[in-house]
Amino acid sequence: MATTPRTLQRPATGPAKRTRKGTQVWVSRLLLILFSVALLLPLYWMIATALKTDQELAVFPPTLFPQNPQWSNFREAVEYIPFFRFLRNTLSVTALTIVGAVVSNPLIAYGFSRLEWPGRDKVFMLVLASVFIPFPVVIIALFDIFAKLGWINTFLPLVVPIFFGSAFWIFLMRQFLMQIPMDISDAGRIDGANEFQVFSQLILPLTLPAVGVIGIFAALHAWNDFIGPLIYLQDESRYTLAIGLTFFRSQYDVQFNLLMAASTLVVLPVVVIFLLFQRAFLEGITLGSIK
Amino acid sequence: MAFHPNVRLRRREIGAAYGFLLPNLIGFAVFTFFPVLAALAISFTDWDLLQAPRWVGLGNYRTLFTDPLFGQVLKNTALYVLGTVPLQMALALGVALALNQRIPGQLFFRTAYFMPVVASTVAVALVWRWIFNYDFGLLNSFLYMIGVQDPPNWLGSTRWALTSIIIMSVWQQVGYSMVLFLAGLQGVPQQLYEAAEIDGAGPTARFVFITLPMLSATTFFVLVIGVINSFQVFDQALIMTQGGPANATNTIVFHIYRNAFQFFKMGYASAMAWVLFAIIFVVTLLQFRYQRRWVNYD
Repeated sequence: MATTPRTLQRPATGPAKRTRKGTQVWVSRLLLILFSVALLLPLYWMIATALKTDQELAVFPPTLFPQNPQWSNFREAVEYIPFFRFLRNTLSVTALTIVGAVVSNPLIAYGFSRLEWPGRDKVFMLVLASVFIPFPVVIIALFDIFAKLGWINTFLPLVVPIFFGSAFWIFLMRQFLMQIPMDISDAGRIDGANEFQVFSQLILPLTLPAVGVIGIFAALHAWNDFIGPLIYLQDESRYTLAIGLTFFRSQYDVQFNLLMAASTLVVLPVVVIFLLFQRAFLEGITLGSIK
Repeated sequence: MAFHPNVRLRRREIGAAYGFLLPNLIGFAVFTFFPVLAALAISFTDWDLLQAPRWVGLGNYRTLFTDPLFGQVLKNTALYVLGTVPLQMALALGVALALNQRIPGQLFFRTAYFMPVVASTVAVALVWRWIFNYDFGLLNSFLYMIGVQDPPNWLGSTRWALTSIIIMSVWQQVGYSMVLFLAGLQGVPQQLYEAAEIDGAGPTARFVFITLPMLSATTFFVLVIGVINSFQVFDQALIMTQGGPANATNTIVFHIYRNAFQFFKMGYASAMAWVLFAIIFVVTLLQFRYQRRWVNYD
C-alpha cells in the first residue's frame, strides 16, 4: 500500500502545537508507568512478603522492602507441604498435556483446512462453537464416565481429552495452516506422496512456530489449571501445585510469608517461560482474534 | 479455492480427511457432545452418583427458580460480569491507546501488563487475599496512611467482597485485552489519521470516527470472550472467599461445583449448569445479533 509522503500538505506545526503534543506524550508515559506499578505491585508484594519474618508481617505501616530477608522461608515452605511431590505431579501433567496438544491439534486442523470434503466448514463451525459450552455442563457426565473407567485420582482425566484436540487450539492451528499456499500440497501429491507424507514432510515443518505456540499454551493451561485437578485428584499424593497451594492455605492460613513463598515458587517458572517466549505468547493470542 | 489435478486425487483427499479428523470426531462425541446431552438428562433426575438416578421431571428446575439462594447467585454473577467486563475493557483500551504512540519502553510495558495473565490464578488469588487482609493488608494500610479512619473489611464484608473479587479479576485480565486492542490499533491504516488531520479533525473526533469503528471487530471479540469467561468465574470465588461471607460471592459455577462435588446433588447441579449454558447462549447470540449495528469488518 502506498503511503502518503508525511511532509506533503501537512498543516504547519507551530511551537504551541508541538508543546501540546509533548505534554500529551508525557501524560501518557506517566499513566503507563503508574499503571505498570499498579499491575506489578501485587507480584512484588508476593515476593516481598515471602521474605519477611513473622514479626515484620504485622508491622504498621508495612515495610516496602523486607528488613531482614528470610531466604529460609522458601525452604520452610517447601518442607511444610510435599512441594516436590506436587511439583513432580504438575510436571507430569504438563508434559503429557504438551505432547497431547502438539500431536493432535495440527493433525485435526490439517483436516479442517488443507483437505476438501463436503460439509467441512459446517463441521468446523460446530467444533468451534463448543468453546461457548461452559465447563460445568460437561463436567458432571464426564466425572461419571471417568469414575466408571476407574480414572478418578489419576492424571488420565486431565490428559487423555487433550489427545483428542481442543477447539481453540484447532482454530489457532487452522489459521496458520490456511496461510500456506495450496501449491505446496498439490506438488507433493503429484509427486506421489500420500496425504500423511504431505502433512508430515511438507506442511508440518512450515508450521513449527505455530506448534510451538500451542505447546506453550498447553503448558500454561496444565500448570495453572485448578478446577480439573480439584475435581479429579482426591488423594494428596496426586495433587498438583495449584491444589497444593490451597491445601497449604487451609492448614497454615496465618503464615502469609510461607504461603507467599510457595506462591512465588509456583508463579516464577511461568513468568520466566513467558519472558523467554514472549513473542510466541503475544502472537498466539492475537492470532486467535483474527476475524 | 485450490485446483485439483484430477478426480482420483480429490476422492483420495476425502478419504484422508477421515483419517486426520477421526480423533477429533471421537473426542468431540465422547468429551463434549455426549456429556452435554447427558447433563440435560441428569438434570431431570435426582442422583447422588451412587444410587440409580430417580426421574423427577422438571422438579430441579422448579426448585431452582423458587430458591432465593439461586436468585442471589445469579445476581452475584451478573454483577460480577457487569463490573469486570466493561472496566477491564475500558482500562485495556486506554492503555493500548497510550502504548500505541511510539513510546520508549513499549516492550517493557507490554510485558509488565501481561504478567498477571500468565500467573497462576490460585497463587495470585492468595496474594490478593493477603493484600485485602483487614488488619495487615497492603490496601488497608495504605488507606489508613491517607487518612481513611474506617477502611472496609474487604473480603469479610457482604458489601465489599464481590467488589474485591472484581478488582482482582480486572487486575488479572486487563493485560490480555490490552494485547488484543494493541494489535487491533496497529492494524488501523495511518493514512486515515493523516487524512482526518488534514481535514481538521481533532483528537476526539479522530478517536470517535476512526479508532473506534476500525477497532470494532477487536472490541467485539474481546467483549464476547470476556462475557463468556466472566460468567464462569470460579477460582477467585473459591480461593479468596469460598463464596462468602453469607453467599455474597457465591457465583453460578461455584454453586454448581459445591452442589455437585460437595453435596452430590448431581441432578440439581446439572439443571443449574444448563441454565448457565442457556444464559451464555442467549447473551452471546444477542451480542452476535446486535453486532451488525456497531461492528465494522474490513
